[in-house]
Amino acid sequence: MRFDARVEVTLREGIADPEGATIERALPALGFLGVHEVRAGRSFRLVLDADSEAAARELAQSLADRLLANPVLERAAVELAAR
Amino acid sequence: MGARVGVVVFPGTNCEYDAATALASLGADVRYVWHHTASLEGLDVVVLPGGFAHGDYLRPGAIASFSEVMGAVVEFAASGGAVVGICNGFQVLCEAGLLPGALQKNAGLTFLCEPTEVVVASSRSVLTSGVAVGTPLTIPINHFSGSYVCDAATLASLHDGDRVLLRYTRNPNGSMDDIAGIANEAGNVVGLMPHPERASSALLGSTDGCVLLGALLSNVRAMV
Repeated sequence: MRFDARVEVTLREGIADPEGATIERALPALGFLGVHEVRAGRSFRLVLDADSEAAARELAQSLADRLLANPVLERAAVELAAR
Repeated sequence: MGARVGVVVFPGTNCEYDAATALASLGADVRYVWHHTASLEGLDVVVLPGGFAHGDYLRPGAIASFSEVMGAVVEFAASGGAVVGICNGFQVLCEAGLLPGALQKNAGLTFLCEPTEVVVASSRSVLTSGVAVGTPLTIPINHFSGSYVCDAATLASLHDGDRVLLRYTRNPNGSMDDIAGIANEAGNVVGLMPHPERASSALLGSTDGCVLLGALLSNVRAMV
C-alpha cells in the first residue's frame, strides 16, 4: 500500500521559540489583533510504501524521531492518508 | 613530536584551515580527515571545526552526525580519545549524541559575529585542564544557532559533574545558564561555540584562543 504522509515538527512546550515570538510581535503592526501563542515549525511531505496503515505510521514516526526532529528540542506529529 | 590532530572536513566546513593553522602554530602535527574516512588511527585529537556542514540543512549538524567519519569519532571518543567540536562541530557532537542538549537559534534571531568574553567555569576537560577557573578569555563567536538548550535533568548533571567549561560574561544568544561550552562525563569530548582558532594571533585581535588550544595539546601529550 502507498500512503501520503505529512510530518509536522514543532518545538516542545517550554522551549523558547524566537521565530514564533517575532511573528507574533509583527502581527499587530499589520492590523491582525487577538493572535496569541504563535509557534513556528516545519512540515515535511513523504510518500511511503508499507503493508498497513500501522506500519506506515511506525515508519514515518521513527524516521521523524531519528532524523526530521531533534528530540531535545522538538516533537514530530505524523498525519497519514492512504492513496 | 607534537600531538597528532585530525581536523574533520565535511562538505560545507569552512574553518578547517584556520583550526589547522592555529594548532600547527602551537606545535601540533595536523592532518585533514575527510568525512568519508572510517578510521582515525594514529590520531591523538579529533577536531570538528566550524562551518555549515551539509549546508545546515534540516538542522545544523543533523546530516553530518550520520557521516561515515562520525562512527569512527564515536569509537575514538569511547576509547578515551580527545574530541573537540567548535561551533558547527559542537552542533554535530550534540546531534550525534556525544554531548547532551542541543543548540537552538539565537534568542535575537540574528547571526552573531563578534568578539565575546567567556570565563572558564571548569578545568575538568581535555580543553580546560590546566587553565584556572575564572580565567576570562576574549574569543569570537560566529553563529546563528548557538543558544544552548537542555532539559532540567541534563542541566543538573552538567552542574553535578562540573561539566560546564565556559560561560559567557554577557550572554549573547540566550544560552541556558550562559553556557558557551560543555564536556562529556569523562571530559575527553568537548564542544564550544566560540572559535579559539580565530583568537590565535595578535594580528587577529586576541591570542586568548591559544590558552585553550595550547592546554588541549599539552593535556593530550600528557595522556599519550
